[in-house]
Amino acid sequence: MSTVRRAPREALRTRTRRRRLGSIVLNGVALIAFLYILTPLVFVTWLSFYLQSIPSYPPQGYSLRWYSQAATNQQFIDAFVLSAQLGVIATAIGLLLALPAALGLVRVRFRGRALVSNILLMPLIVPGIVLGFALYVFQVEIEIRSGLPVIGSFWGLVWGHVLLTIPWIVRLIVASLEGMDRAQEEAAMNLGANRFTTFRRITVPAILPGVVAGALFGFVSSFGNLEMSLFLVGPGRTTLPISILQYLQWRIDPTIAAVSVIQIVIVVAAMLFTDRFVKISRVV
Amino acid sequence: MARLQLDTLSKRYGDFYAAQDVSLDIADGEFLTLLGPSGCGKTTTLRMVAGFVEPTSGMIHIGEREVTELPPWRRNTGLVFQNYALFPHMSVAQNVGFGLEMRGVAKAQREPKILEALRLVRLEHLADRLPRQLSGGQQQRVALARALAFQPDVLLLDEPLSNLDAKLRQEVRLEIRNLQQRLGITTVMVTHDQEEALTMADRLVVMAEGRIQQVGTQRDLYERPATPFVAGFVGRSTFLRGRMKADVLVLESGLSVRCGRRLVGDAVLALRPERVTLTAEPPAGFDNVFIGEVEIVSYMGGLTDVHVRISPSDRIIAQIANGEGVRLPEVGNRVHVAWSSNAAIFAVPREKQPEAVH
Repeated sequence: MSTVRRAPREALRTRTRRRRLGSIVLNGVALIAFLYILTPLVFVTWLSFYLQSIPSYPPQGYSLRWYSQAATNQQFIDAFVLSAQLGVIATAIGLLLALPAALGLVRVRFRGRALVSNILLMPLIVPGIVLGFALYVFQVEIEIRSGLPVIGSFWGLVWGHVLLTIPWIVRLIVASLEGMDRAQEEAAMNLGANRFTTFRRITVPAILPGVVAGALFGFVSSFGNLEMSLFLVGPGRTTLPISILQYLQWRIDPTIAAVSVIQIVIVVAAMLFTDRFVKISRVV
Repeated sequence: MARLQLDTLSKRYGDFYAAQDVSLDIADGEFLTLLGPSGCGKTTTLRMVAGFVEPTSGMIHIGEREVTELPPWRRNTGLVFQNYALFPHMSVAQNVGFGLEMRGVAKAQREPKILEALRLVRLEHLADRLPRQLSGGQQQRVALARALAFQPDVLLLDEPLSNLDAKLRQEVRLEIRNLQQRLGITTVMVTHDQEEALTMADRLVVMAEGRIQQVGTQRDLYERPATPFVAGFVGRSTFLRGRMKADVLVLESGLSVRCGRRLVGDAVLALRPERVTLTAEPPAGFDNVFIGEVEIVSYMGGLTDVHVRISPSDRIIAQIANGEGVRLPEVGNRVHVAWSSNAAIFAVPREKQPEAVH
């Protein structure tokens, strides 16, 4: 009798043990992935506070000199301002183009929808070098034929960066449009709101997290882009990633680490700030 | 408040009629329920009234106004959605006031009306909450208040109770009905739940395959169903199929059933379980008596269903009212099932009718 009763209890114990083991493995894997992502960031941050100019272990002391170095380097300041302007303008134009595109993709049933949707993702898939080179050749052709100063101009650069922002914005707006309950729009119309009012009062608030997240990701991918920008910048006009690269060709002191940390802090701050207003985590 | 008229309303998608020749005249203050299985056209009909589906042909009048071509926002109907469709970023008060706001009512004038609407559903204390902070039942009531706050001509309810649990459903059912009668608002409800339909409406419309099967009171539909579909959908029935010879229906098994009605050709006969008598000894006074074997006995509290096989292909369901001294048959018992020919609620030529449920 007692053996009969013990059997299921033992089975239960094995099962609990197995489940516990499973969760340990899962947590372990998550930890490894987390460390893998975080380690370089931690080391860059650590390095940025080193006293000596040649990165070597152990550090001879700590200082903030590389931060002041970075903050007073006119080249970095100019590059930072340019990258920020570029990111904001490219993202704004990207939004104007991507919002109608996303609405069309989700709300209108047309032939070749999947194709258009994939084409809009292309800038994410095509290597930046290829994209940059293709744009460069195209701009050369335009300049030759029209005489307009396109190559190396600010708007030539914006043009390229808009392409970088579009896939992110389209994807994330599409996701939030698809996740939206359309009955809410019908409810608004039933209550007396016309199409435009419905869009403004109901649709926009509903997809706002997607719009903001898309804009943020678009901005970040523009801000950090190196390969494509290499083809599109002109004399006296360098973006931050390019000026970092140029600096690294001559020196390897921790100024670069300080610049990187500033960059990381800005992006993280932007994400935390926007997350307070719209729950980006809901769409990404 | 207004009369609502649908005149031969149809909606066609390619070759498929989602709704066909739907004509209804709903009196001012009437509560009409569209009842049918999914895909029967009831929701399409409701959405045509609300303006979300454009009819292929036909006309809709609300009061004196012809609204067939009007967009939803110009129709002045209040629609309660199945999933409530509350605006998640607006408070309960803003949700309820949205219809008034769209009609250009100033904020100061809106507030008393919002409170009044919330009072109707006893939620005035939750005006500042967000929808996600409310229970399902409360959300449902907010949706109702929102649809009523701007005094629509017609109230439309799209399966309003299907997302509530069984107990709450009973309560809300009565509450909606009371409210509707108190306000005297013309109401059209869509449901697939016959019990819901039976308890709430003044009149019912049974639909199947895009067409109206029958319009009538609860009693009309239950006691005088117009088609086998209605007999199967409203209440339960045993169906017997066969060929008519004078007033006798000859079943495929060879059994003869007296119908009290003369028909020609293939026919279907429907029997309500409660009209069938079950006895151990041969009963007197019935013109249809068959001997059969009890196959299933299912006890349901006040009632017991007994399924009796009277031939290899025919099974009759009889219902017994449980009570003191009532002896229930057991599976395998030989019993007599009997009914008089006028108990057969229904017998029609078996043509191309929608298949009855069961």
